[in-house]
Amino acid sequence: MLKIRNLHAFYGSVLALSGVTCHVREGEVVALIGANGAGKSTLLNAICGLVRTQGEVKFQGKNVAGLAPEDIVALGISQVPEGRQLFAPMTVAENLELGAYLRFRRGHKKEIAQDLEHAYGLFPRLKERLSQKAGTLSGGEQQMLAIARALMARPRLLLLDEPSLGLAPIVVEDILSTLARLRDEGLTVLLVEQNARAALKIADRAYVLETGRIILSGAAQDLLQDRQVTRAYLGKDYKEFTEGR
Amino acid sequence: MDIFAPLLQYLISGLTNGAIYALIALGFGIIYNATTIINFAQGEMVMLGAMAAISFYHLHPSLPLAFAAGMGVVTVVGVVFERLALRPVKDPSPITLIIITVGGAVFIKGAAMMLWGKDAYPLPPFTGNVPIYLGTATVLPQNLWVMGLTAALVLALEAFFRLTLAGKAMRACAYNNRAARLMGISAGRMVQLSFGLAAALGAGAGILIAPLTLGVYDMGLMLGLKGFSAAIIGGLGSLLGGVLGGLVLGVAESLATGFISSGYRDAVAFLLLLLVLFLRPQGLMGGGK
Repeated sequence: MLKIRNLHAFYGSVLALSGVTCHVREGEVVALIGANGAGKSTLLNAICGLVRTQGEVKFQGKNVAGLAPEDIVALGISQVPEGRQLFAPMTVAENLELGAYLRFRRGHKKEIAQDLEHAYGLFPRLKERLSQKAGTLSGGEQQMLAIARALMARPRLLLLDEPSLGLAPIVVEDILSTLARLRDEGLTVLLVEQNARAALKIADRAYVLETGRIILSGAAQDLLQDRQVTRAYLGKDYKEFTEGR
Repeated sequence: MDIFAPLLQYLISGLTNGAIYALIALGFGIIYNATTIINFAQGEMVMLGAMAAISFYHLHPSLPLAFAAGMGVVTVVGVVFERLALRPVKDPSPITLIIITVGGAVFIKGAAMMLWGKDAYPLPPFTGNVPIYLGTATVLPQNLWVMGLTAALVLALEAFFRLTLAGKAMRACAYNNRAARLMGISAGRMVQLSFGLAAALGAGAGILIAPLTLGVYDMGLMLGLKGFSAAIIGGLGSLLGGVLGGLVLGVAESLATGFISSGYRDAVAFLLLLLVLFLRPQGLMGGGK
């Protein structure tokens, strides 16, 4: 569904991605793990058209590299950005409405109403807070709203950037189980997480990114067992690692 | 009683000018919200509104038609100005764009001088010139038109921002530009819309004030600066702030003119601006953004 080949991205003159090649198949949950500054968010933003790139990004066979963000959204890629990035002074309802901005412009009112019901089904708490300002929600509710807002564009591919950031473990569980549910409904997901263990648990496959390159890839189950990954990203004790537990 | 007798009169003229400043200030705020730049050509849109309406009135003496046509033409000018002068800039840093708007203002003023000459032209008041007496004060019908139509325009603007999808999208852009782009909201389209709206509001201000002050090619500079001051005083980018800033500025000027001397009118406006910048740089209604 998404094929990226030899992608380079720059922030100004700084090279943030160098030669990334990866892909996401339809219906998969793919995790992208790596340390802070490895280029995970840059990769998502490159897919969304927010950063300048060189290389190929193909979505459903169509090259989307170089398109404007609004055209990429229109093709069916939505991002839940890091730190939620809600429209804080606007109400929950307005945030959701703006998520469906392009579809409103095309006049898909009926489907949008259905999708709203679907979003309330996923996150019942949002329905209770429709007229509340997004900035006054709790962290977990804000993340739910950010996901619901992205879903309102009815994406085929959902990109999530650090959805667990700053949330209590119990809320993280909640969010992840929602992602699993979305996958079961057929949504394709590319998930960026620093919480590598949580990400690998719900992902089918994963890529490990380090300083702008993909250094490892494979089935999520295998990576969970991989020594290098275990040491670097899953917080296993070094001693435990060297002595082979 | 001696002091209070003229007070009402000063308030009326202050609120009239203040309403005009408020409309201009809102234009500054709308463009700032969409682009984070100050459009110093905003004052010239006010002038163009007045001059265009006067010309249309000469072609066909109907005030409502002249009003609508004046606003319409200037809206197009605002959009075209953004498209031709600002959009093609290769390195669109705010300071570059702001300097271009200053140049644009000079250009528009020059073009207006070539088109209309240096004479001042009248526009008849919307409904006659028979004053209404309020105790010791007199109100011209045009004063009421200015205040009433300004209120109507502000309400319409508020409704646009609260109720329409385009209005909500513009607010979203102002609150979080990146997120707005991720929703598929085209930043370029919103910028265009903001220039059109701001030009329309400016033109409205110019057409409202023309029957009181005459229309002349160089009226834009001072009105633009006053509107800018009002926007800063109220809090740049806040709708309520723009209105409040305009009214405060208009009334302060009018009181200074009445109680001190008309020579201090402009000085008071800019003194107020400096005071706000020293004491409350975010403006009366501005949040710490």
